[in-house]
Amino acid sequence: MESFSLPLAGGLLLGSAAIWLLLSMGRIAGISGVIWGALTGPDRQWRWVFLIGLLIGGALTHFATGMPLPAPSNAPLWLIALSGLLVGVGTRMGSGCTSGHGVCGLGRRSPRSLTATLTFMALGVFTVTVMQALQGGAA
Amino acid sequence: MKAWPALISGILFGLGLTVSGMSDPAKVLGFMDVTGEWIPDLIFVMGGAVVVTALLTPAVLGRARPLFADGFSVPTAQALDARLIGGAVLFGIGWGLSGYCPGPAVVSLLYGYDSTVIFCVAMVAGMSIEGHISKWLGQ
Repeated sequence: MESFSLPLAGGLLLGSAAIWLLLSMGRIAGISGVIWGALTGPDRQWRWVFLIGLLIGGALTHFATGMPLPAPSNAPLWLIALSGLLVGVGTRMGSGCTSGHGVCGLGRRSPRSLTATLTFMALGVFTVTVMQALQGGAA
Repeated sequence: MKAWPALISGILFGLGLTVSGMSDPAKVLGFMDVTGEWIPDLIFVMGGAVVVTALLTPAVLGRARPLFADGFSVPTAQALDARLIGGAVLFGIGWGLSGYCPGPAVVSLLYGYDSTVIFCVAMVAGMSIEGHISKWLGQ
């Protein structure tokens, strides 16, 4: 009970955020697309406002409720940089990330989003499994 | 275009990412570590989010227009092509290396860790060079 109530509550909030953006502004709450659009697109203003809201929401959770801050990733910084680079290239090439394809696209019953979501989940699992095996071997 | 609806959506999204545990890379990697010490909790994040979007998206898109915009701006592409799948592959690998995808990475900037700043800079760099990478890959 304890272990899934917060993830479920968080998921319902994410779904509500996505539905509200679609209902109010007709837009998809895909974060990779919002970031790129905020930097390069027309209609930059609402995207920056959304991203500022994202930080306000996170601050409310941690600084208003006292939920402890998560620890940073323990991967070395060069690996973090490589990870960010791959996420940036991949989300532009594949037109979306966990939010755009996962949360919004699955809700729209988009075959493209289902394909993308199954693919990036599978590769995430594969990558973690390989990394665990490599680290296990090195230890 | 009015931007305040995007602020509300962003705040809900930021609450969702932090309450759910998605901004904790250790939890995300634990969720992907299905052959190791699997932490299944985060299935409820995607589950909760998609229940909301799947139930409500058809009714929202059935409206003539959004509340505060002239029309819906929803992806129309249908093709399950190499760009979609190749992008999802690269994104999945990147996600599995650090445990950060775009939304959690942005909200984690609040925490003031070097690693999330590096991730976000690398992600934007990756988005900027995506066109060259795709050309090089022949896509």
